[in-house]
Amino acid sequence: MRIVVPVKYVPDINADRRFSDCRVVRDPAEGSLNELDENALEAALRIIEALGDDEREASEIVALTVAPADGDLALRKAFQMGVDRGVRVTDDALAGSDYFGTTAAIAAAVRRLESEGPVDLVITGMAALDGLGSVVPALLAAELGRPALTLAKKVAIESGALTITRETDDATEELSAPLPAVLSVADTANTPRFPNFKLIMAARTKQIEAWSLADLGLDAASVGTAGARTETTSAAPRPPRPEVELVQDKGEGGTALAEFLIRNELV
Amino acid sequence: MTSPLPTRNRTVLVLLDPATEVRSSALELFTIARTLGRVEAVTLEAPTVEVLAQLGAYGVETVHQAELAASYQQDERHLPAVVGAALAAAMRLTDADVVLAPATFSAKEATALAAHRLGAGLIIDAAGVTEDSEGRIVGSKRVFAGAWDTVSRVTTDVAVLTVRANAVVPQPADAAVATEVEGFPVELDAPLPTVVSRTAKVRAAGRPSLEEAAIVVAGGRGTGGDFGPVTELADALGAAVGASRDAVFEGWFDQYIGQTGVTIAPRVYVGAGISGAPHHRGGMQASQVIVAVNSDPEAPIFEICDFAVVGDLADVLPQAAAKIRAHRGV
Ligand SMILES: Cc1cc2nc3c(=O)[nH]c(=O)nc-3n(C[C@H](O)[C@H](O)[C@H](O)COP(=O)(O)OP(=O)(O)OC[C@H]3O[C@@H](n4cnc5c(N)ncnc54)[C@H](O)[C@@H]3O)c2cc1C
Ligand SMILES: Nc1ncnc2c1ncn2[C@@H]1O[C@H](COP(=O)(O)O)[C@@H](O)[C@H]1O
Repeated sequence: MRIVVPVKYVPDINADRRFSDCRVVRDPAEGSLNELDENALEAALRIIEALGDDEREASEIVALTVAPADGDLALRKAFQMGVDRGVRVTDDALAGSDYFGTTAAIAAAVRRLESEGPVDLVITGMAALDGLGSVVPALLAAELGRPALTLAKKVAIESGALTITRETDDATEELSAPLPAVLSVADTANTPRFPNFKLIMAARTKQIEAWSLADLGLDAASVGTAGARTETTSAAPRPPRPEVELVQDKGEGGTALAEFLIRNELV
Repeated sequence: MTSPLPTRNRTVLVLLDPATEVRSSALELFTIARTLGRVEAVTLEAPTVEVLAQLGAYGVETVHQAELAASYQQDERHLPAVVGAALAAAMRLTDADVVLAPATFSAKEATALAAHRLGAGLIIDAAGVTEDSEGRIVGSKRVFAGAWDTVSRVTTDVAVLTVRANAVVPQPADAAVATEVEGFPVELDAPLPTVVSRTAKVRAAGRPSLEEAAIVVAGGRGTGGDFGPVTELADALGAAVGASRDAVFEGWFDQYIGQTGVTIAPRVYVGAGISGAPHHRGGMQASQVIVAVNSDPEAPIFEICDFAVVGDLADVLPQAAAKIRAHRGV
């Protein structure tokens, strides 16, 4: 079984996230592996761990990121959790990519990995916490011509078929498809493991493979700012909210709350 | 209030799924669509008579109903790949300039797939849609847990957007129109998963849905599992009920607000027994007015509040509910 897990390096949600020149500021001191991709990595690790000994020996999990060199931080974290290989797609021409440019680069890298041997599963997180698009998994499935099983809260693999349970806005669904497929996991799918000491030490010296657009045979005009179909024209911090009106409840707190809503014509 | 008139002769397609009820999010989309061009809807099932009447009132001239092969007419037709293929076919058929869809996870995937097929620009979860001086479609967004506002413009001729609920107040058209329903064929070529089972969720009767409500009362771990005071205040306000993820993981409620749950931007959000973790804030900080009740005077949620009560929610919420019921005379 070979699994590719696309992971993104994003500004930490507890840090002071900001824009500069309409681009997200990616400060390595305040960046991290997108937390939701930890659920994808955990799902991949559990699938491999459930295999028989022989099959497990022949398995591989590849963490893949499309990012500048700082993206290595996300791959290091993936190594700490236990993945075997880390690949980073980096090219100046990729800066400013929209969802389609990013997806094209991830798909091209998956195809290159496929040229080495079959890739049974691509497992993504449910969203990147910077842009909250939740569209790359479906787009990736379309690019690769594979069925998409997205937003899984339960994942099972049995005799070459993947079955998931998911909650959509309108229904609870059980979906199934033969491998190869693209899977995205919700944050409710599992609890990501904490890396152990051995893996943390080993992660420090693992090699990261860096691929360029030329390595992937991708046309620079189709990605990055050149290929983007949207452009951000302004980004401004919201004005601070006015001081909070804080009431200490001494028996009248509920009445005060109701009066606030009534006074502001919100009821 | 009169809405701006479109400056160009555009065709604007609105995704109407389901077509057996018109949700307030769909009415908002029609209202926005009328400011951009001529409004048409895309459905994957036959609209009911009641729905057609509402569409007419909102100025929808044509409904394009996808004709799917029999094997896709049941549960499969809800798959984003099927909805996306139908949207793309409708866009080709009508030569659409703009597509608007609600901000559900399924609609995000479907619109992305349609935009992918047609080489259209995509904006996910706009809080407002307008046009710039060159006639390009522009979407504004609230990002980074409501801390920043961004504006993006679509540089391709065709623009596809999902739009957050509560972006505008729904308004019927000045004059109602007669709505025509026309079928169109959809070719499906993408590999699809099999839908083993599908159980539709029942929307709580008598209460607005969390996604669309103008007022939301949410409970967290501080409820200790008793959502009674939360629902009591919600009912007094005619509000939807929500929760933090921790409360849902405890099994106390079924839908949580936040970056990975439902993202909301109601007129009023009331959070009770919720600390205000960044993940939670990400899903509610764009609310117009934020109110919190928390026993801890240091609770982080107070940093983003307009009004807050330091106290026990079990005392504060029922008292507030009683006062509001008295005010509303119910
Ligand atoms: C990847 C990831 C994604 C996540 N996504 C989400 C998300 O989308 N949405 C979400 O909500 N969370 C999300 N979380 C969880 C989030 O980080 C917090 O753990 C969660 O929001 C906390 O829930 P809470 O506020 O109910 O509980 P707590 O943080 O435990 O807060 C409870 C609050 O109740 C107060 N309290 C206690 N008793 C009373 C009382 N009697 N009266 C009044 N106040 C009282 C306490 O002072 C405290 O402030 C996510 C976490 C991760 C790791
Ligand atoms: N630049 C990227 N590199 C690798 N994986 C990515 C990248 N962007 C998005 N992804 C993957 O796609 C998922 C959804 O991202 P998004 O659609 O942008 O919200 C993430 O959880 C990642 O698994």
